[in-house]
Amino acid sequence: MRKVCVAGVGMTKFGKSEKSSIEMFAEAAMEAIIGSNIKPSDIQCLYLGNVFGDFEEGQALMAPYAAREIGLSVGTPSLRFEGACASASMAIRDAFVAVAGGFYDVVLAGGTERELAMGTPLATRTFNMATEQYYEGMTGLTFPGVFAILSRLYSKKYGIPLSKLKERMAMVAVKNHKNGAKNPLAQFRKEITVEEVLSGPMIAEPLQLLDCCPFTDGAAAIIITTEEKAKKMVEKPVYILGVGQGSGAPLYRQKDFTLIESRVAAAKTAYAMAGIEPKDIDVAEVHDCFTTAEIVATECLGFFDFGTASEAVEKGETQIGGRIPINPSGGLKSKGHPIGATGAAQAYEIVKQVRGEFVERGTQVEGAKIGLTDTLGGDSGVICNIIYGIKG
Amino acid sequence: MVTYKLPHKEFNEALKSGKLMGFKCNSCGAYTCPPKINCNECASMDMEVVEFKGRAEIKSYTIIRVSPEGFESEVPYIVALAQLEEGPNLVGNLVGVDPDKVTDEIIGIKVKIGWKPAPPEVKYCGPIGKDGKIKPEMVAITFSLM
Repeated sequence: MRKVCVAGVGMTKFGKSEKSSIEMFAEAAMEAIIGSNIKPSDIQCLYLGNVFGDFEEGQALMAPYAAREIGLSVGTPSLRFEGACASASMAIRDAFVAVAGGFYDVVLAGGTERELAMGTPLATRTFNMATEQYYEGMTGLTFPGVFAILSRLYSKKYGIPLSKLKERMAMVAVKNHKNGAKNPLAQFRKEITVEEVLSGPMIAEPLQLLDCCPFTDGAAAIIITTEEKAKKMVEKPVYILGVGQGSGAPLYRQKDFTLIESRVAAAKTAYAMAGIEPKDIDVAEVHDCFTTAEIVATECLGFFDFGTASEAVEKGETQIGGRIPINPSGGLKSKGHPIGATGAAQAYEIVKQVRGEFVERGTQVEGAKIGLTDTLGGDSGVICNIIYGIKG
Repeated sequence: MVTYKLPHKEFNEALKSGKLMGFKCNSCGAYTCPPKINCNECASMDMEVVEFKGRAEIKSYTIIRVSPEGFESEVPYIVALAQLEEGPNLVGNLVGVDPDKVTDEIIGIKVKIGWKPAPPEVKYCGPIGKDGKIKPEMVAITFSLM
């Protein structure tokens, strides 16, 4: 297996966009290409994450149009990746596999999504499509609902009163908004308080509005290449040290949804490939689609013992400067969650973190050398973990 | 040739006639419900179609206040996770309980499995008929107090 690196990265401002999915992706992709000091014609394959283009703008077959939009040559294959909210991480992982295995030397991976154009009812319906439809979807289960069910299971299992857990969940939102406020690309650049979270409208009890990530438009892209080529392209190549991906069953088949088995398995694979342990991770971008989701994820990833992550949040251990900073970008919660692009935006953040580029922004995790991305699709159907690191 | 023993259409027809059907594995003895092609525990295909008791215990729930398109007329509604007496979990709508009055005391309560039709306004799901509407076999599993 060859060593694989990230060269350039690119990302649009997240939030509401009047641009098409392909236009947004073109912006992110060209930033990554220019940052890699290569030409579009140097790219040998495009792996594009997109989930609901068909519903958002009636646009299927987005990958080849995106490829030609940015000037990839006519002989360049282009593939769409659909793994719900984990689509772009799947694209990055597969790009890693193709480069590591020696089939391609330079792959463009990323994703794009336009959710706000759909409006809340249709967007909620399309997201609901990622639950299992025949035995679960017709109950009208939403994703806030999935993580609301999880919140009560978690509270009961670990004997943390729901009111206490909700306070700690609110602290996750407060932390991520604090980080996002400093991120010029974030959708919500506004600090919030625990009181504001706890007084917000109820979405799916016990989850309130500010426990939930927003609908977002945006795109992100990264160039994945060999160690040898990356060294020629950029000053600070970032290595992909390990990858892991799991497949989870529908919610009704999960025996204990507080212990997301597909995530535990995916993380284990990624850590083993990298030859490291959870304690070696300096910074992580974790799938905080809902506040409880971040709490549970950080346990499955091995940062905290099961049942203890909410207390760790309260103690500030996941803040920048804490034991393991989680979501310095603002996370899905504040930065936004254009689901086809999210994994690539997480990669954008971690690559720049390990390159030490966020000092000016005020969100640099000091001395960060190894970072992890964690992306979840559906009610844990897809979990994709990728570990990035820099030498020296 | 492999034949799917209890496809969703047959499962739902049985559910509508008051029977919760699933599998008992001849290899490991585990129960699987809703159906799948092989045992949820050991992946053996040596399973028998059996009628379940149709009783479960509520494990968790939520009250949906912001619904997907097509479910607006149902709001607020309760979606719950319940464990069948035979072992597997189901996701269903808790019916016959006022969503504005439900409390955590509902956790641990025994319920009976039933069904209700999917709201007719729901689009893009399951087998779609020529009129663009979903076919009546799309149902939601329900839980009602015993």
